Amino acid sequence: MAAFQGRSCECTYSLIHYSPGLDVDAIFLQIINGLDKGAAYALIALGLTLVFGTLGVVNFAHGALFMLGAFTTVSTQALLTMSMKIRDTSITFFEAYKEVPYLQVWWGDTGKAIIDYAVPISLLLVIPVMLLIGLLMERGLIRHFYKRIPADQILMTFGLAIVLQEIIKANFGANPIPVPAPEIVAGSAQIGSWLGMSDAIVYPWWRLIYFLFSLLVIGAVFAFLQLTTFGMVVRAGMHNREMVGLLGINIERKFTIVFGLGAVVAGLAGAMYTPILPPDYNMGMNFLVLSFVVVVVGGMGSLGGAVIAGFLLGILQSFASMNQVNSIIPGIDQIIIYLVAILIILVRPRGLMGREGVMED
Amino acid sequence: MENGSATKDFITLLVFAVAILTMPIWMAPIGANYPDLLQRFAIYGIFAIGFNLLFGLTGYLSFGHAAFLGVGSYTAVWSFKLLSMNILPALLFSVLFTGLLAAVIGFVSLRRSGIYFAILTLAIAQMSYNLAYSVLTPITNGETGLQLRNYDVRIIDNLFGKVATEGIPSTNLFGITMSGYSGFYFSAVVLILCFWISLRIFRSPFGITLRGIKSNQKRMGYTGFNTRPYLLAVFIISGMYAGLAGGLLAVTDPLAGAERMEWTASGEVVLMTILGGLGTLSGPMIGAVVIKYFENIFSSIGDQRLLEIFSWAPDGLQHALAYVVSPFVGNGWQLTLGLLFVVIIIFLPGGLVSGFKRIFTKLKPIAKGVAKKEGADTGEAGT
Repeated sequence: MAAFQGRSCECTYSLIHYSPGLDVDAIFLQIINGLDKGAAYALIALGLTLVFGTLGVVNFAHGALFMLGAFTTVSTQALLTMSMKIRDTSITFFEAYKEVPYLQVWWGDTGKAIIDYAVPISLLLVIPVMLLIGLLMERGLIRHFYKRIPADQILMTFGLAIVLQEIIKANFGANPIPVPAPEIVAGSAQIGSWLGMSDAIVYPWWRLIYFLFSLLVIGAVFAFLQLTTFGMVVRAGMHNREMVGLLGINIERKFTIVFGLGAVVAGLAGAMYTPILPPDYNMGMNFLVLSFVVVVVGGMGSLGGAVIAGFLLGILQSFASMNQVNSIIPGIDQIIIYLVAILIILVRPRGLMGREGVMED
Repeated sequence: MENGSATKDFITLLVFAVAILTMPIWMAPIGANYPDLLQRFAIYGIFAIGFNLLFGLTGYLSFGHAAFLGVGSYTAVWSFKLLSMNILPALLFSVLFTGLLAAVIGFVSLRRSGIYFAILTLAIAQMSYNLAYSVLTPITNGETGLQLRNYDVRIIDNLFGKVATEGIPSTNLFGITMSGYSGFYFSAVVLILCFWISLRIFRSPFGITLRGIKSNQKRMGYTGFNTRPYLLAVFIISGMYAGLAGGLLAVTDPLAGAERMEWTASGEVVLMTILGGLGTLSGPMIGAVVIKYFENIFSSIGDQRLLEIFSWAPDGLQHALAYVVSPFVGNGWQLTLGLLFVVIIIFLPGGLVSGFKRIFTKLKPIAKGVAKKEGADTGEAGT
């Protein structure tokens, strides 16, 4: 059911009803159309791969982290718009009250602007909250599962995902909660006319921002791993954990922090995605399955592969949902990603960029 | 359990059969003795026993088993629509068709093992779920679900002149209507049959080979076993079990929807198997009963009912208790389920069955000690 909500939401958010022939404009439109979804896949898959590459744990609760990030934003919004009842002076013939957020009462227009920017502001909260959740999860539960078989890890994290999901459902209800983007970026960008293409190509600002934001986060993660000493140790640990341990480095502690980092990345991805898809408790599960597919296509344990595969599959999905393609092979948009994944696993099990022998038994 | 003799197996089967058939009696005190729920116990028991044959014996974790359940249901309903309201052809077609499907899916996905196998089966199941909702709507009737209609052809029924005059006829076994307790007893008999087959597989050389694959597939290869056909065979059998369960679901309630194929449904059967005891004979059945019981009983407890339950407590405490417990029942029963799941995997990886065994082995010496002491006492008295 929830998968459906996702789909129908995309419809309401779909760009324009623009169906030209199969020309450059149409192809370009499909590419940018797939970018924001691809960005979400890439970010979740990046975190999954980080955790898998370092700790060797297949984390089925990673989608739940994405969802928790989104709900941190929802909570921030709720916090900022806490309201008091104020006498409505515009109505004079009886006593009428209206709800006015405290921030607006205290600071007037500044308060209003703060509320408007709830989503970007929430990021300040998302980072520490998700870091904390990630660290707690790793220290509290996942740590005890390193020596168990992968099936146990999968099942434990799956159970954990159910628990997290149900906690959110109990507190926020089962319905999607709309979270608006700041008003200044509510409209669409005239990407077509910027690039000298058809004026009909427009792209919602927030999706563009999401795409750029994801590039920023991905860049930051890679910079962190490539340029800092900490990152160097982590990369060495991914290659040969025992050796790094023998050198007197507490690799376990570093990996715990990496898990926290993965949680933050997933949380940021979820928080920024709220204006695109109103979050509900089930959103994590829907993204999780696809993200696993992304990880497998990119190659288990390969960070670059996860990112590239995320964007590729996002774009591929948007191409498959074109009318021209759908009329040739009906229903292809529903299954294309899985089809690609099946092909990849069968033909090239290490994925696009994976190392040979990872998890191949 | 592992190397039981023929008599021991027969006793196991007998105990199981009696336990299942008397469920309406001994389930009464916990309020689960209505046929609708009992049917579901039996049906999901079949599903879990079949899943256990694959996951428990070979260690291959399939995350797409619900697809077979859904396909089985669709096949059965189509058989009701096209052929006859008799349930035998419906079940036969469900089993055969899912077996065929399992052969194809197994052929593809068993090329990989471990996490790749899990993701392959998950991908295939998600694909069929999405297709059932979109392109295959003429066959599956999409979101509404496949239902019986007045104008269904029912060729065989018409041949024998059993034309329904008004309304939709109910599913039957040569005239015995399959609803209520007759539906339960039929499912129970099928379940006992399935349990017996699973018992035979556990004891057979085939089953031992499968266990060998679980413990070390490479070594099995070195000893000259081509493991692939064995895996494919058990995958097909397991798929047929799921198809049979799906068919029975349609028998007791002739309506098939795609939500039966969603991957959370696949997760549920994994849960049942793990909760009861992976790789044990009776574990999956216990897991299925526990989970379906929770689902039905816990999810129906509302706030008012909670207050009634805690009515023995003083007033303030009563409300406090109800407040604490309320997130875990009613709509939140899945939270309980998830917690239970995590706790079981952490503390009791062998499931409930291993828990019982542990308690039993701990109690044994105590019981023996008591017996000895008693014996000594009587001995003294004798002299």
